[in-house]
Amino acid sequence: MHPIDVLQSYGPQFLNGALTTVALTGLSAILAAVIAPLFALVRVGGNRWAQWPLRLYISFMRGTPLLAQLFLVYYGAGQFRPTLEAWGLWPFFRDPFNCALLVFAVNSTAYQTEILRGGIQGVPPGEVEAARAVGMTRVQTLRRVVFPHAYRIAWPALGNEIILLMKASAIASVVTVFDIMGRTRQVFAKTFDFSAYLWAALLYLALTAIFIALWRLAEARLSRHIGARERGAGTEAVTKGAGA
Amino acid sequence: MTDLFAFGDTGWGDEILHGLLITIELALVTLPVGLALGFLVAFAALSQNRALRTLGNGYTTVMRGIPEILTLFVVYNGLGMGLNAALSRLAPDAGPFEISPFIAGVIALALVFAAFSAEVIRGAFNALDPGQIEAGRAIGMTPAQILRRIKLPQVWRFALPGLGNLWINMLKDTALVSVIALNDLMRMTKVAVGVTKQPFTFYLVACLLYWAMCVLSEQVLAQMERRANRGVRRV
Repeated sequence: MHPIDVLQSYGPQFLNGALTTVALTGLSAILAAVIAPLFALVRVGGNRWAQWPLRLYISFMRGTPLLAQLFLVYYGAGQFRPTLEAWGLWPFFRDPFNCALLVFAVNSTAYQTEILRGGIQGVPPGEVEAARAVGMTRVQTLRRVVFPHAYRIAWPALGNEIILLMKASAIASVVTVFDIMGRTRQVFAKTFDFSAYLWAALLYLALTAIFIALWRLAEARLSRHIGARERGAGTEAVTKGAGA
Repeated sequence: MTDLFAFGDTGWGDEILHGLLITIELALVTLPVGLALGFLVAFAALSQNRALRTLGNGYTTVMRGIPEILTLFVVYNGLGMGLNAALSRLAPDAGPFEISPFIAGVIALALVFAAFSAEVIRGAFNALDPGQIEAGRAIGMTPAQILRRIKLPQVWRFALPGLGNLWINMLKDTALVSVIALNDLMRMTKVAVGVTKQPFTFYLVACLLYWAMCVLSEQVLAQMERRANRGVRRV
């Protein structure tokens, strides 16, 4: 088959797969983004007894393959079926999409926590002292001074993590989630046409390119109050804003 | 619980250990292949020749942008199809040729490793102090001598932390090769699960084994970094 014919016959399937990939990646990244700042605060200033379980969790998430983590939850849940049924959780764990979402969110939380920890530690102590000096409470200092700056520092690394997460989400196809990779394997099994993989690669590259563009726009907005010169080589949007 | 992991016919200890050895073998064979390819791609990306530069940069951009599992399937199915097409033309009587999952795994993981390591190596070359290279030239070293005596020892030092991370990522990515039926740690665990019906126990053990390998790698890498930096003056 001609590559274009493959796209014409199976285009809707690929599109459907792309939506699943975006939903899976987006939802797990957002879930992780809600929890990671809390964990990062513990990593920066929590007491020792709160630190070590968190360290162990992060080390485990970074030291084991995502595929093994996914199998541990998706297949492993079967070992606790009576308990899970008693608690009414079985329907959740039976669905591969839910399991993948849970595993990716828990995994990404570990990575995002470490990135945000770096961001928080990169905030100059003088800023925090100034906030205290003008009488801000701890919560106000965090919300108005520490986190805005920490996110600006961590932004590029967070973007990298989400791109890695999107690529890694392709392994959900192994537990029968029909994301881009899942659809591709389905199409290849039907047609034995190699161009299925080509379209899949292009789809992943396109999603990455779109994401990078959106992320840069968000970065420009996060840093809009800072002059282009101060920031070093600024993006075009910022340069224009500063020149006006 | 302990009989489950006994060695011999009764338990799964020896099967899982065998899978673990295949995982380690796969990673150790991939490393030099991927690193050599990575140097080639880095040299292409750093070259004066515009076409080579575009090729090198294009390779790293595309390869880093697509999922590892997709690369693996492309290599496993694509290489098999390509070789079979060539084979049927050369020797029509020969039967279909099966590419071994181990070879496909090495090629796919090495292609991915090459793309990421090329970026690390390129960064390391760019971090070299130009004054040292000028000094080498001034005392009459040939370009080959400069490469061997000045550039490479320092590229190694600059690139080691990045390459260490890539090694750990690659070690974890070997688990993907179980999907194309290589009898590695992940796959042997799956076989054990099929028989014992104890998925959580066995996958947890597999996770702990991967974790141990990663923690051990981190320790060795820290040692290597200390060694690579032994001649550096601390300010």
